[in-house]
Amino acid sequence: MLGAYLPIIVLVIVAALFGLVSVVMSSIIGQKKPSPVKLQPYECGCEPVGSARERFSIKFYLIAMLFILFDIECVFLYPWAVLYKRLGLFGLAEMGLFIVILFVGYIYVWKKGALEWE
Amino acid sequence: METIAIPAVNLAAIMPETVLSVVGMILLLINVFLPTEKKAYLGYLSLIGIAVSLFYTMNGWGTPQEGFNGSVLLDNFSHFFNVIFLLCSALTILIADQYVQREECNHGELYPLILFATTGMMFMASGTDLMTIFLGLEVLSIALYILAGFARNNVKSNEAGLKYFLLGAFSTCFLLYGMALTYGATGTTKIAGIAQFIAQNSILSKNPILLVGMLLMAVGFSFKIAAAPFHMWTPDVYEGAPTPITAFMSAGPKAAGFAAFLRVFLVALPMFKAEWTSLLWALAVLTMTFGNITAIYQNNIKRMLAYSSIAHAGYALVGFVAANEVGVAGILFYLLSYTFMNLGAFAIIILVGKKGEPNNNVSDYAGLSVKHPALALAMSVFLFSLMGIPPTAGFVGKFYLFSGAIKSGYIWLAIIGVLNSAASVYYYLRVMVFMYMKAPEEDFAWLKVTPAFFVTVVIAIAGVLVLGVAPQYFLKLAQIAVMI
Repeated sequence: MLGAYLPIIVLVIVAALFGLVSVVMSSIIGQKKPSPVKLQPYECGCEPVGSARERFSIKFYLIAMLFILFDIECVFLYPWAVLYKRLGLFGLAEMGLFIVILFVGYIYVWKKGALEWE
Repeated sequence: METIAIPAVNLAAIMPETVLSVVGMILLLINVFLPTEKKAYLGYLSLIGIAVSLFYTMNGWGTPQEGFNGSVLLDNFSHFFNVIFLLCSALTILIADQYVQREECNHGELYPLILFATTGMMFMASGTDLMTIFLGLEVLSIALYILAGFARNNVKSNEAGLKYFLLGAFSTCFLLYGMALTYGATGTTKIAGIAQFIAQNSILSKNPILLVGMLLMAVGFSFKIAAAPFHMWTPDVYEGAPTPITAFMSAGPKAAGFAAFLRVFLVALPMFKAEWTSLLWALAVLTMTFGNITAIYQNNIKRMLAYSSIAHAGYALVGFVAANEVGVAGILFYLLSYTFMNLGAFAIIILVGKKGEPNNNVSDYAGLSVKHPALALAMSVFLFSLMGIPPTAGFVGKFYLFSGAIKSGYIWLAIIGVLNSAASVYYYLRVMVFMYMKAPEEDFAWLKVTPAFFVTVVIAIAGVLVLGVAPQYFLKLAQIAVMI
């Protein structure tokens, strides 16, 4: 039974070896010309501007969270649409309930002003 | 194409939960249209919702309803717990209004969140599928994380919310991993199915995967009921959370944790009784001893009651170790009486506290009996009940728990429990010494007994005394309830 895992084990070993060998070999036979520029973070070739550890406005998080919530709604809607006929009236009622519950949340975030950017 | 067969739904099995969640959603919608000074109306509306849910709960006593392909079972066991949850949330809502006005965090979301948390607790009590229990736990926990950090302009409350969220999420992982391993070993998430599978494949009963799964589930549930050594979050969260929410958390969700813990272990894993009783024996002793000894050193009264609530979870675990009818019925009875005495005590803490709760120290209670004798008397009743002194509910509850342990032959456990109970008298009495024997230092500025507070304290005292004087009827109900 464990024999079935043999290809996976071989792949893991090969992957580990590949990584190890490339790092070790390049550090042994590669040329070393260190310069301060090489230590800078790569930013599309431009000179870095400021620190990368900026604080983002909380608005981005809110939008991201709401996006995920309503995105999940779509994830559930797709399989229902595929099996629409086979799920029949029961499926329709259940999805209607689901969307009503989400709609309550939608009205809530709307009235709370979470959708306004300014 | 053929239509897919739909399992029997049976809405009657989830009626109490449905009422609460629908009312919660309606309140959420009303909330955004209400000005801040009228948020108290939401409290009254949620009380109506709780009353309707309580009606469905009471009405269904004796007629178990199974629904959703056996993943929900509304039996007497869940009815009994539902009454505890509804009582707990109703009393919390009654004492919350004045508090949120004082602390300037009068956001209407408080009431829907409490209702959603109660819905989650109910699903934990009535779930007969590990998945339903887990979903209930998540609904409860997510609402509680927000509630713990509800006083947004108070740093301590924010800290409590974040700590509770991180540790709660961590403990949920343990529970879920335990459930996954149990599913892996038995091939089903249905509680009855697990029991059946283990009984039929007795060779499996020493399967290490199943044992590890059971262990991890025990860890997850122990986090929720705040049993030592998984109690670390409790003092900080209880101290930082808004006081009504602390009251709520120490009674309702703890009872919900016990409900799920009891159902999973008594129904699904009776074959492992020898293993889990020895595990819970150690947990019970640790929890009682640790909670009581640490409570002695506390000066902050909310922190002291947090450690005391850890100790009380330990007493309840004694009944769990006994795992006989007296002990388990004792847990139900004890959780009911604990709801009354703890919410009553916290109601008085809210009245005595100052805006922003700068200290909440035991010394703040100096001279309460001189200025407000009725409040001091009420607080004394609750403290006596927490100590376990007759004729209060706390005494009767402890009596049943410990006699259950003796009946099952755990004499030493009962002795340790009684000794712990004696040690706990010290820190409860300390509050009373301050109330009755010290001179008042300053005025109790924020004291205003509104009708809602009055009703809460009267209900709590009535509960403590009725359960203490005439426990037979309620114990009988508890004994019927535990026949699961």
